[in-house]
Amino acid sequence: MNAHYGERQVLKNVNFSVAEGEIMVVMGGSGSGKSTLLKHLLGLQDPTSGSIKLMGQNIAKLSRKQMMALRRTMGVAFQGGALLSSMSVADNVKLPLRENTQLDENTIDIMARLKLELMNLAGFEDLMPAELSGGMLKRAGLARAVIMDPKILFFDEPSAGLDPVTSVELDELILQLRAALNMTMVIVTHELESAFKIADRITVLFDGEIAAIGSVEEIKNSQDARIQNLINRKPREKVVDADAYLQRLTAGGV
Amino acid sequence: MEISRTTFKQYERLHLSGEIDLHNSSVLRETLLGLLNAGDHVLVDFTQLAYIDSSGIAALVESFNVAKKQSLEFKILGATGSPLQVLELTRLVSVFHMVENEHNL
Repeated sequence: MNAHYGERQVLKNVNFSVAEGEIMVVMGGSGSGKSTLLKHLLGLQDPTSGSIKLMGQNIAKLSRKQMMALRRTMGVAFQGGALLSSMSVADNVKLPLRENTQLDENTIDIMARLKLELMNLAGFEDLMPAELSGGMLKRAGLARAVIMDPKILFFDEPSAGLDPVTSVELDELILQLRAALNMTMVIVTHELESAFKIADRITVLFDGEIAAIGSVEEIKNSQDARIQNLINRKPREKVVDADAYLQRLTAGGV
Repeated sequence: MEISRTTFKQYERLHLSGEIDLHNSSVLRETLLGLLNAGDHVLVDFTQLAYIDSSGIAALVESFNVAKKQSLEFKILGATGSPLQVLELTRLVSVFHMVENEHNL
């Protein structure tokens, strides 16, 4: 698939597949296209060419009703948790069940508590999002994302902003969720340590293009200098196109 | 999901098979609560169960709590594979009375 923001191409010939039960980590520096790719996978933006298939269905060809049904099998954990500020933590977590199922309220209560326990948020269910720390917001967001035991979980930057211990715990939890529920996961991150721990395979994006797809070992041993720079945290070399640079300085644009 | 029922020793034994999820867990809940409200000891047989999601687990938790309040036995038999992993993930193996095989009953 290809994607553009206006004239600017932000994803170029991106092509990959994720197997059922696989954890695919999408890695890359800032501006590499990770978040844009995630928005496209979620059907929040349409590619300018190409297609995206989720569970065998081309999402561009689905009716609104079919897309809603597909979304019920997907969970999304956003970077900042994306909780509704006017609802308590518990009500946020229960929301997908109340909106999409006819389950008994006792069942919904227990399901929410199970997930909050998993996220180490037991006892915080009556708090409002504004009363939570960044890490707690992220975990509450994850609790809501997995409340319906989705077949596919999309997770945007799970470790960003977390302390090292919480980050390791979250990585463990991701692996346990996959083991117990055979959840397929697409996880966008720039945290190398986390990526290497949880990934079955890694897709590395640079400037909107896939630089490599492979196992953790294959990525670690990649001969691509950009990937080695990313792994070794070396700054990118800036190649100066003199004419383009002058143009940007004098007339603006990209 | 299929539920069949037999009697084993003092228990009403529910044989679960297939997958328990959001679409059918309410049937499990109603069946379990029905047995407990009738005063039966319950043995939930997981031997043929391939998958159970959180809604199924919630039905078990609620039923186990009812059994406890009514001093009725409530045991889970033969959990392996994915259902066992779900029970381990949720740390319910330390809450429920788990039995490996019927010889241990």
